[in-house]
Amino acid sequence: MTDLQANTELLTKLNGLAAGLFLLTAFGMIAMRQVLACLKLFVWQSILLAASATILGFQHSSVHLFVVAVITVGTKSILIPWLLVRLVSQEAYARREISQVLNIPTSLLLGMALVILAYFASSPLLGASQDPFVRMNLPVGTAGVLLGAYAVVVRREAVPQVIGLLAMENGSFLAGICIAPDLPIIAELAAAFDVLIIALVMGLLTRRIRERTGMTVVGKLASLKED
Amino acid sequence: MTEKILFNVVQVLVVMLVSPLVKGVLNRLKEAVQSKRGPSIFQPYRDIWKLFHKDEVISDSATWIFRLTPYVVFITPVFVALLIPVLTGYPLFFAFMGDMLGGGFILALGGFFATLAAVDAANPYGAMGASRTRMVGFLAEPVFMIVFFTVSFVAGSTIPYIVHKHWVNPPDNFFEPSHVLLMLAFLMLIIAEAGRLPVDNPSGHFELAMIDESKGLEYSGRGAALMKWGASMKFLVLVCIYLNVVVTPWGLAQGESLGELLLAIPLVFLKVFVFVVVLVVIESSLAKLRLFRITEFLGGAFITSVAAMITRLLEG
Repeated sequence: MTDLQANTELLTKLNGLAAGLFLLTAFGMIAMRQVLACLKLFVWQSILLAASATILGFQHSSVHLFVVAVITVGTKSILIPWLLVRLVSQEAYARREISQVLNIPTSLLLGMALVILAYFASSPLLGASQDPFVRMNLPVGTAGVLLGAYAVVVRREAVPQVIGLLAMENGSFLAGICIAPDLPIIAELAAAFDVLIIALVMGLLTRRIRERTGMTVVGKLASLKED
Repeated sequence: MTEKILFNVVQVLVVMLVSPLVKGVLNRLKEAVQSKRGPSIFQPYRDIWKLFHKDEVISDSATWIFRLTPYVVFITPVFVALLIPVLTGYPLFFAFMGDMLGGGFILALGGFFATLAAVDAANPYGAMGASRTRMVGFLAEPVFMIVFFTVSFVAGSTIPYIVHKHWVNPPDNFFEPSHVLLMLAFLMLIIAEAGRLPVDNPSGHFELAMIDESKGLEYSGRGAALMKWGASMKFLVLVCIYLNVVVTPWGLAQGESLGELLLAIPLVFLKVFVFVVVLVVIESSLAKLRLFRITEFLGGAFITSVAAMITRLLEG
């Protein structure tokens, strides 16, 4: 029994570590100036999500979560980055800086406010559960969703916006796996393919935008123009 | 009692004597990474020795602050070395005279005097470097504060001897999310405070781009030697705080015998060496940031330390 308890303690800490680094990568995606760095951080975030799923799988002795981890690594850290790099030409990645609505220190401070908001938004839910994994994953996942949404709002370019959307998905997954560890595999598979299709469609759209306007700075497409 | 005082003196002597060597090893390794041969690891000792034997030239417009500053810069790291665990894992004579916050303030006093002296000598580069150092300093300050708040929150104390026991007792605590994030935030802080890349280039010779170095430009002879020695001691003290307090107390003397204390010297030096290797990798793979990008670097450190605090809150 004490052995089991000590094991749970260590798993809790490792899960906390994965969640803390997950939060850090979510912040990093707001702070990075290069598209490629953003994509790399997204890959790391997906790997951390998979790590958290594996740890939860050990804790709940659930095969589903291991499958979730494998699917996450497969689609989000290998397939989607490859797709994005293929679909959107090299130009969008090679350019040095992403144009943003707000500067980066302001973004970081606003992001911090969002994390505190996420903490207070999920604290009424936390009262219902004493599970240390839920206490860690639920607020961090909510914060991940909010920070991803912030990245979508503040960035003026298509590819970082896609990455922001995918980061939102990561956040909701991190919150989801701790609340419903026994989700059927079919749901996981559906979610994974959904994300893949989203990335594909948006990548194609970005490619079209680039073909028509010669750039991917969608912030400049605010007004309609007839020709 | 007398033993503890003796150990404290040994601690200070080790910091004084080893610190130029650490700097020498760092420089040598950095040159080796760039496939050059580099100066001998004992070069900093020779520099200090040479400077002590040279005449001192002091500007006409300089006041007593300029003369006093080298001594302040030299003595403040020595005071901090009395407070922190350099070689022993148990509290020594002065351990409870000041906590980590106190150590930070004492080091800041040295920085404050160096800034005043840079302005005092009326060299335009000095004033420019001084204002830049202050900019980095006030951006680093909130990070320092949050790091210390989190440490005191996690370990229930800011006395370094109590804090460092917490991380390995039980050993699982090492993987505590707040601990790992604190290590990251403090590493970024050391890079900014010690003027290493990507914040400042310590080996640059171009006055317009200098941040930390330009404060000592006006010094010569004994003053320059003391400033150099003080800077390398400050670096070693910061590294000791990082490695022995924030990371782990591994390798420190646990028993109260002289043998264990002497054994701790090579072990601590080994730890410092590993840190130096990591620092060389960081410095060789990053370019210097533009001045106003430093805000982002330290903003990143601030976010990391806040994330440490938040994960600690979530653990409940």
